[in-house]
Amino acid sequence: MERQWRKQRERKAFLALADGTVFHGYGFGCPVDGTGEAVFNTGMTGYQEILSDPSYAGQFVALTTAEVGNYGCCEADMESRGVFLNALVIQELNRASNYRAEEELEDFLIRHGKPGIAGVDTRALTLHLREHGAQKAFLHVSDEELSEEAAVERARAWEGLDGKDYASIVSTTASYRWNDSGKHRVVVYDFGVKYNILRNLAESGAQVTVVPSRTPALEVLAMEPDGVFLSNGPADPSAVKYAIDNIRVLLGQVPLMGICLGHQLLGLACGAKCGRLKFGHHGCNHPVKNVLTGEVAISSQNHNYALSDLPEELELTHINLNDNSCEGLRHKTLPAFSVQFHPEAAPGPRDAQKLFDQFIQMMEK
Amino acid sequence: MPKRTDIQKILLIGSGPIVIGQGCEFDYSGVQACKALKSDGFEVILVNSNPATVMTDPELADRTYIEPLTCDILHEIIRRERPDAILPTLGGQTALNLAMELEDKKILRRYDVELIGADADAIRRAEDRQLFKETMLKIGLDLPRSGSAHSPGEAEAIARTIGSWPLIVRPGFTLGGTGGGIAHDPEEFSVIVRRGLDASLNHEVLIEESLLGWKEFEMEVMRDKKGSSVIVCSIENLDPMGVHTGDSITIAPIQTLTDREYQAMRDDSLRVLAAIGVETGGSNVQWAVDPATGRRIIIEMNPRVSRSSALASKATGFPIAKIAAKLAVGYTLDELRNDITGTTPSCFEPALDYVVTKVPRFTFEKFPAADPTLGTQMKSVGEVMAIGRNLKESLQKALRSLETGRAGFGADGKDAKYESASDEELAEKLAVPNAERIFYLRAALKRGWDVEKLYELTRIDRYFLRHLEELAAFEEEIRAAGSLEKLDPGLFRQIKTLGFSDRQIAFLLNTTEEAVSAARGEIGLAPVYGAVDTCAGEFEAITPYYYSCYAEHGEPVRPRGGKKSIMVLGGGPNRIGQGIEFDYCCCHAAFALRKAGYEVVMVNSNPETVSTDYDTSDKLYFEPLTLEDIMNIYVREACSGVIVQFGGQTPLNLAQALKAAGACVIGTSPDDIDLAEDRDYFKQLASRIGILQPENGIAHRPEEAVSVARKIGYPVLVRPSFVLGGRGMVIVHREEHLEKFAEEAARVAEGKPILIDRFLEHAVELDVDCISDGETTVIGAILEHVEPAGCHSGDSASITPPRSLSDTVLERIREYAQAFASALHVSGLMNMQLAVKGEDIYMIEVNPRASRTIPFVSKAIGVSLAELAALCMTGKKLADLGFTREVTLPYTAVKEAVFPFVKFPGVDITLTPEMKSTGEVMSIDRDPNLAYLKSQIAAGGGLPKSGNVFLSVRDQDKDEIVPLARKMTELGFTIYATLGTSTKLYGEGIKTRALFRISRGRPNLLDLIHDHAVQWIVNTSESGAEAMTDEVRMRSSAIAAGIPVTTTVAGTAAALEGIRDQLEFGRFEVCSLQEYHRHLSHGKG
Repeated sequence: MERQWRKQRERKAFLALADGTVFHGYGFGCPVDGTGEAVFNTGMTGYQEILSDPSYAGQFVALTTAEVGNYGCCEADMESRGVFLNALVIQELNRASNYRAEEELEDFLIRHGKPGIAGVDTRALTLHLREHGAQKAFLHVSDEELSEEAAVERARAWEGLDGKDYASIVSTTASYRWNDSGKHRVVVYDFGVKYNILRNLAESGAQVTVVPSRTPALEVLAMEPDGVFLSNGPADPSAVKYAIDNIRVLLGQVPLMGICLGHQLLGLACGAKCGRLKFGHHGCNHPVKNVLTGEVAISSQNHNYALSDLPEELELTHINLNDNSCEGLRHKTLPAFSVQFHPEAAPGPRDAQKLFDQFIQMMEK
Repeated sequence: MPKRTDIQKILLIGSGPIVIGQGCEFDYSGVQACKALKSDGFEVILVNSNPATVMTDPELADRTYIEPLTCDILHEIIRRERPDAILPTLGGQTALNLAMELEDKKILRRYDVELIGADADAIRRAEDRQLFKETMLKIGLDLPRSGSAHSPGEAEAIARTIGSWPLIVRPGFTLGGTGGGIAHDPEEFSVIVRRGLDASLNHEVLIEESLLGWKEFEMEVMRDKKGSSVIVCSIENLDPMGVHTGDSITIAPIQTLTDREYQAMRDDSLRVLAAIGVETGGSNVQWAVDPATGRRIIIEMNPRVSRSSALASKATGFPIAKIAAKLAVGYTLDELRNDITGTTPSCFEPALDYVVTKVPRFTFEKFPAADPTLGTQMKSVGEVMAIGRNLKESLQKALRSLETGRAGFGADGKDAKYESASDEELAEKLAVPNAERIFYLRAALKRGWDVEKLYELTRIDRYFLRHLEELAAFEEEIRAAGSLEKLDPGLFRQIKTLGFSDRQIAFLLNTTEEAVSAARGEIGLAPVYGAVDTCAGEFEAITPYYYSCYAEHGEPVRPRGGKKSIMVLGGGPNRIGQGIEFDYCCCHAAFALRKAGYEVVMVNSNPETVSTDYDTSDKLYFEPLTLEDIMNIYVREACSGVIVQFGGQTPLNLAQALKAAGACVIGTSPDDIDLAEDRDYFKQLASRIGILQPENGIAHRPEEAVSVARKIGYPVLVRPSFVLGGRGMVIVHREEHLEKFAEEAARVAEGKPILIDRFLEHAVELDVDCISDGETTVIGAILEHVEPAGCHSGDSASITPPRSLSDTVLERIREYAQAFASALHVSGLMNMQLAVKGEDIYMIEVNPRASRTIPFVSKAIGVSLAELAALCMTGKKLADLGFTREVTLPYTAVKEAVFPFVKFPGVDITLTPEMKSTGEVMSIDRDPNLAYLKSQIAAGGGLPKSGNVFLSVRDQDKDEIVPLARKMTELGFTIYATLGTSTKLYGEGIKTRALFRISRGRPNLLDLIHDHAVQWIVNTSESGAEAMTDEVRMRSSAIAAGIPVTTTVAGTAAALEGIRDQLEFGRFEVCSLQEYHRHLSHGKG
């Protein structure tokens, strides 16, 4: 067994935040330096789903759970065609012990050309981010000589994610059919869609076609869909103006369902406001209450933005019980609804999966 | 949807005495439930027979019945109180079983009492194996191939159908898997099936396909009446299937499942609750997973708060019992606040950014004849929990919390036993689970056995084995540094992040713990403290609940607004001799000091306790009770004092070291505590005070013991100094036995001397609990033991007020108490053990600390001695506290011990000076005999009112038994006796039926037991000597068959008086503690 104790205690790799705070650790995965936005996730399982979730594009994702890599990685757990986040930040790296494992986490990162940093006090990092918000950061894991000050400078110099249309970057470039049969034809706008959304839609009886994020609404309508789905995706909803315009066209023409970024875009299209949350939601344990039925579900969440000031024609359907922020809405007269959280889970609890059935029912009306 | 308004009065059933499988975790849950219900304005009626609990404190419930937990007694309480509802899900299996009995006997219907939390149907579906199976199949879950049987014949048929060995046998309706086992062949099968059928309340056993070696998981689920459900904690067992989960090392959160597997298990766990019909509250669902295929099988579910719930609460900060109580009265999860964050609701799943390890604590050293291998029957008596930032640190902290002398995962100079095992022995110890397997694993790794080989032998997941492998290998990395001086700071930090204690480092680098600690200090290498915040840092936590780790940043010290801070050290894991009684004292110290305006910092490692509840103290540190871990906290919190006298032997043993390290030990000084153990000093002190002492001497080596004993004269009492619970203590009647026992005592003493006393035969033994403020000393109570001297005080039944002492004797005892307290400068509690023979009073020992009887005495006299003692330690005077006079009781209170013998088949149940009981019960009555009888019923040995009694007594008891036998016949009992006893009684004109001795022929007692033809066994034997195999067999099969066995003449006499009085009164009366206390003039003078 190869032991890396020396490397682990020398702690030469580091993550430098734009505010000057530096967190040390040791590098693993692909030894490439780079910039990204530092965020955290408190889920205790599902690192591979996080790695392959396009919503994390451009980010350094710190996992607060103590031991990572324990069950390796496998093709079946991919949430997209690749890895879009910029680096994984963890405390302890382990080798795999699970019959499903096809690959070690470290080899998976190398294959996808992504760096990781382990041995980081991710609790300290999380408390820091909680207090100061998500931050621009620079990760140093290569052999290059680099001072902490220089790294902080590079973090500050980076343009960041705000105002950037990452959805276009992670979106598929060409339309594709996810499955061939289904009672209802659903077109999915890919702003960074997770495969489990597609799996859930297919399971609910939809024939799913995925289209690039910039596909014009008329083109979508020309496909004669029974419903259009607005996917999750990375970064700033205000940077995806074209999508908002498309949604305005689609609204009322065809049933709509949105998740996460898709939810924010639907809200914006109807005139709601969207702003940054003080803390953001990043975990698998958030209680969401359906204010219409009183039902509470534990949900998977990953967002820094949230809708507020819903216009008259929108009805608030879900709230986050931790901070009462908006977690779901529906149009009062038109067939459209959306949720901020992730009913498709992966990772996280699957309490709210029946929302996909609700979408199908909407198409049946 | 707020609380229900259609119920006002709720009866809460406790779990009774501490037994294996049901520990003090139910005190913790009961306390939370009482507080939660009271704060909502409900009238709370509590019944529990265990006086050592915090829940039975009179302040907690509106009325507290310390009465036997039997259906008849509960019937009386219901008749008297007319509660609207019973909450049966917080008192363990005992409460659940009682609720079912009340339901089955239609008592609930008759008095219109509702079961809340879980109704009878749900309980039945979860507990009845067949119903459970059907329910699980209905929701599509996978089950082991199995069947349930009500007779040996049915069982064999099922075994044939399953068609593979081994088979697992589990009785229905029991605690901690009593009577179950793994059968590897038809012969074993038949034995275990019979035992299981007998142990089962509904005479049923489940037989199933073996899942040995599969991975084992648990999920702790909370559900509210709207169906909202959360997983509070997920747990993975390090020991795979085959070892009872209570005996397994367990880790939270689950480590080796992918999100997909985890979520599927989560979904199914929630469906299990819904299908069973758990309306509200906490349940635990257990799963087995085939490591090769992921096939997942449901093992069982408990529709109640369990031992795992206590662990889950402490591991996550989620107060399961409190929330379960609130949900039972109608609240929903989203309406309840998360106490830890103060802002978010309880409807969430805690996220952990640390690793929690639970390690069970065994006491096989107490039962040398017991089978030390682990199986499906739980054998551990306690547990520790540790929190670390990573698995290695967490495991090492847990191992050093065990109070077994280990400093972590080996590397402390105590591995010789394991390292010297032959390859064959080592392989055997790994393949057959046992209490020390973890240390055999280290020895195997040191021998170069690789993970694959260990996996083949143990089936412990490679994930865990790799961590162990790395720890074992890292020892060489430490050794390679050469010396402490050459240890570079980077490596030093790395060592600490892996959880190595200063003691381990000292061993590996050939230096002392003090030197390592000093070296750490020089480079500023100190632990930081993480918060158990339920949310992995996502939200701010307001509740200060901490663990140490060597991460970069920790929580700042929370300001305490000018208050002085006092540290209270808990007792660590429960074990025989040190249990819940000490936790009770620690809690009371915390309550009193907080009330008096101090900040209380609690340190403990036992997840089952009330002391580790986050609202017992101001700051809770879940940490090992070692010098290193305690001092780190002491310095960080800048405490102004530490209390060691409440936590039992664990903190007491640390007193001198704490003082030397600069801590201020408040209360009786460590020097005076040591003086009380100093034989020579004590001898002088006794003669100065003018009290007799049994002749005694000290031996520093086993050989010396013989000459000392010759000088003193036999019989002698031999014991090591500085132990609690009479570890290694025996009475020796003949020289040929002495050497062997002296060696055992020397081994237990670990270098400290062996004490030898003349043993006083036929003396009455007393426990005297006192309190002193340094000037005034007041006796809390004088307890008279029912069993004569020679049986450990913790194992003897005790009665207060004493029955057989003259006023002069009592007066002299009071004088001695004053004299000893003042000579030892006692500030706090003091316990004297005396023996009285005629009018002579002998001093056996004096301990200036909390004794095991403090909670019992406090409940009896209606005064919390522990609270007063804590205040005395801060300088308060008893006069200011209003306690200057002994309390006179207008009733009798009895304490009886409860034993684990049923868990250790074949072990002798004779009482000796070595303590064997795990728990205790209390009973109160105005009639002393009824009080005693109630205590026997409460302890589980419900005595018959009629039927057959078997008598067999040693020669020296033959005269005394005659009047008792006569009384038995008068009361209508039929007497069976062995030849000797029978002849004696016949000569006295008492009719008996003679039986053979077991080894001499039949019919003998075993036949009677087997035919259920005997209702009570009275059997006395020479204490301390090697008991006859006959008697051991007889007593242990009686215990297994649930037949009461009385092993002393005194106990028999007391029991007979009680039976007579009960026959006269017709039924038992019940009365609450609060009502009893109303009749006391509270000692204020």
